[in-house]
Amino acid sequence: MTDGIASSAQILPPPTERFTLLGWLRRNLFSTWYNALLTVAGLALIYAILKPFLTWLLTEAEWEVIQVNFRLLMLGQYPPEETWRVWTCLYLLAANLGLSWGAWVRRRSVIGVVLLGVPLLLTLYPALAASIRWQLLALDAIGLVAFIVGRRAGIRLRRWLLILWVLYFPLVILLVRGFATPQEIIPIVPTNLWGGLLLTFLLTIVGISFSFPLGILLALGRRSSLPAIRWASITYIEVVRGVPLVTILFMASTMVPLFFSLQDRPDPVLRAMIGITLFSAAYLAEIVRGGLQAIPKGQYEASHALGLSGFHTTIFIVLPQALRLVIPVLMGLFIALFKDTSLVAIIGLLELLGIARSVLAQPQYVGFQREVYLFISLIYWIFSYMMSYISQRVESTLGVGER
Amino acid sequence: MQNSRSAHSQKGIPWWRDERVLRVIGQAIFLAALAFFFYYLARNMLDNLRQLGMSLGLNFLNSTSGFDIGEHLISYDRSSTFLRAFTVGMLNTLMVSIIGIILATILGVIFGVARLSTNFLIQSIARAYIEFLRNIPLLVLLIFLYTGVFIKFPRVKEAIELPGPILISNRGIVFPWGIPTETTVQFFWILAFALLVALAVGFGLSWYGRRTGRTPLAWLWAFVVFCLIVSLGWIALPQPPFTMDPPLVQGLRISGGKSLSPEFLALLLGLAIYTSAFIADVVRAGIQSVSRGQVEAAKSLGFNSFQILRLIVLPQALRVIVPPLTSQYLNLTKNSSLAVAIGYPELFHVSGTVLNQSGRAVEVITLVMAIYLTISLLTSAFMNWYNRRVRLVER
Repeated sequence: MTDGIASSAQILPPPTERFTLLGWLRRNLFSTWYNALLTVAGLALIYAILKPFLTWLLTEAEWEVIQVNFRLLMLGQYPPEETWRVWTCLYLLAANLGLSWGAWVRRRSVIGVVLLGVPLLLTLYPALAASIRWQLLALDAIGLVAFIVGRRAGIRLRRWLLILWVLYFPLVILLVRGFATPQEIIPIVPTNLWGGLLLTFLLTIVGISFSFPLGILLALGRRSSLPAIRWASITYIEVVRGVPLVTILFMASTMVPLFFSLQDRPDPVLRAMIGITLFSAAYLAEIVRGGLQAIPKGQYEASHALGLSGFHTTIFIVLPQALRLVIPVLMGLFIALFKDTSLVAIIGLLELLGIARSVLAQPQYVGFQREVYLFISLIYWIFSYMMSYISQRVESTLGVGER
Repeated sequence: MQNSRSAHSQKGIPWWRDERVLRVIGQAIFLAALAFFFYYLARNMLDNLRQLGMSLGLNFLNSTSGFDIGEHLISYDRSSTFLRAFTVGMLNTLMVSIIGIILATILGVIFGVARLSTNFLIQSIARAYIEFLRNIPLLVLLIFLYTGVFIKFPRVKEAIELPGPILISNRGIVFPWGIPTETTVQFFWILAFALLVALAVGFGLSWYGRRTGRTPLAWLWAFVVFCLIVSLGWIALPQPPFTMDPPLVQGLRISGGKSLSPEFLALLLGLAIYTSAFIADVVRAGIQSVSRGQVEAAKSLGFNSFQILRLIVLPQALRVIVPPLTSQYLNLTKNSSLAVAIGYPELFHVSGTVLNQSGRAVEVITLVMAIYLTISLLTSAFMNWYNRRVRLVER
């Protein structure tokens, strides 16, 4: 009987693993009749969207408005003779990034190549002046040298690098703002001249670096055993999370001046920074609270048993573990903060979106909304996507967020 | 432990090292600092207001507003009060939020499921959609849609005409709308009757399904019954309850039909597609959280793929989906305040105008924040209730 089956059964060829285009198409696009239908519908959708868009992009769009106003979009009205300060910040950033890459990642990788590729690609942009091109190349060179140095120095450098990163952000603010010296080497640039992408970044940096400690304090306060502190934290967090950012910014711009006497009234940029910081601190507090709740009780008990005080337990045992757990979510918050800085355009600041609107308000550029908004969307997109991509990679390579 | 501690204190721990005393003192100091901070701010504010010759109070709400609002769901004109203006704004916010939430949910579920499709093309489209929208600011999207798309449509004279007729121009979209006739009231009674019957059918069939273990598509049948009764009623009435009012181009304006302004459309579309990208991610994560074994087990029990989605995957995924979905709904509601940049008169935009007209910064901003806070708290209360219900059904 078994013989009969064996002989009558057709001998099948072994399954082939070889890649064929037709096989791939069949597996991925036309596996069943409704998949085939979906594929056709999808193609039609792509055609319907891409065709008018490409027609517009290739025939109608005029990018002159971007070329003429490029500097304005990037730096706002930041005085041209002081542009070197912004470049210095970028050089420092490249150096820091390169060193960190060398010290932690220690190998070439796709993101590294992409990061190096961005300035190179930018040099290809036709409307740039030669000096800018050289400075972009210098950026890459500094990054590469720093990478090699960081790889040589290796692990010893890591602690110093952390300090460097912490110092970097205040240094940027100091450099961009300038300070009063007797010789006026770095004169103060008033905040009303800050603008464009520069202001967007400054708002983001300030928002992140100030809301971070504030958010942690609020999260700890919400879990405090002291009812007064707990209820104050809960009220603050829930009120801020319950209202839109615009109302807070609006409050910062119209109500805050009333809270201060005339001489020490903060200027508009500072007010926006305060508003953004206060807003994102509440969200950060909720994220950190999630991390704190994930720390098992045994950790607290063990550290108390070892004789650490409540303060020491929090600083050395609980917070490091809790923050490590929530790094991915924090990155999401920072990306959201970066995007949310665009809202300060509503209260009249000239960050990237605000300056784009003021460019479009000039009579000769009235019809160019599509070009300008597409350009700034692209800028926002590139930076947010880069941040989310890097955070995903860091997550998966370091196993952050898993325990 | 209790004993030893009390023994200690009897021996005489100095009070400045007694934890119970220190806690009370710490909180007292904290509260005092907080109170002083607020006192300082309030005193400055009152001083400043006095210098400006203003006072605090909500009496201004009853004075005439003196400005127009383009779109209002309740009657409103220049001579209405500020309070009325606030109400108009709030209703507009609620309307755009509710429609936006519905649209965003539908789009989000579609793209979330598409993101997990085995079809490579569909999956790529969904991924591109999600990645594009998640990484640009909503405000830029809104302004782009408004200034780059909706007001770039041709002028009224050259309006694009779609079958219907639906007219698309730079003044928005106009589509046919019914005008009530004499029999409209009777028709509403028929509608109510149909609704009752449909509810009875739906609940009856689901009861039957629970009892027998077979699952008739209860609510599908209820819907069919509803449509049947309504269409029968429409035919049976001596005169149709609504007459069609098709839009027509008359000179420089369009008469007839129901028109949606470009501001409203840009806001609604922007909010819906932006939020749908986030909802799609939430839906995807929820579906992925249902373990593969569940699907395989259902397959081996002979469920078809639609039944698997409806009876096995979705009920379990909902548990994971609902909490983040709540925060997305809240985000959409709060984000509707960005309409101020494109001129749709929702709550925040109206309050900005009120502020300019009345000069009452403190009161207006406090009021607006209180309203948003109330909406947020109510929404999250409702969604928490729903979340509990989903859980109860689960376990």
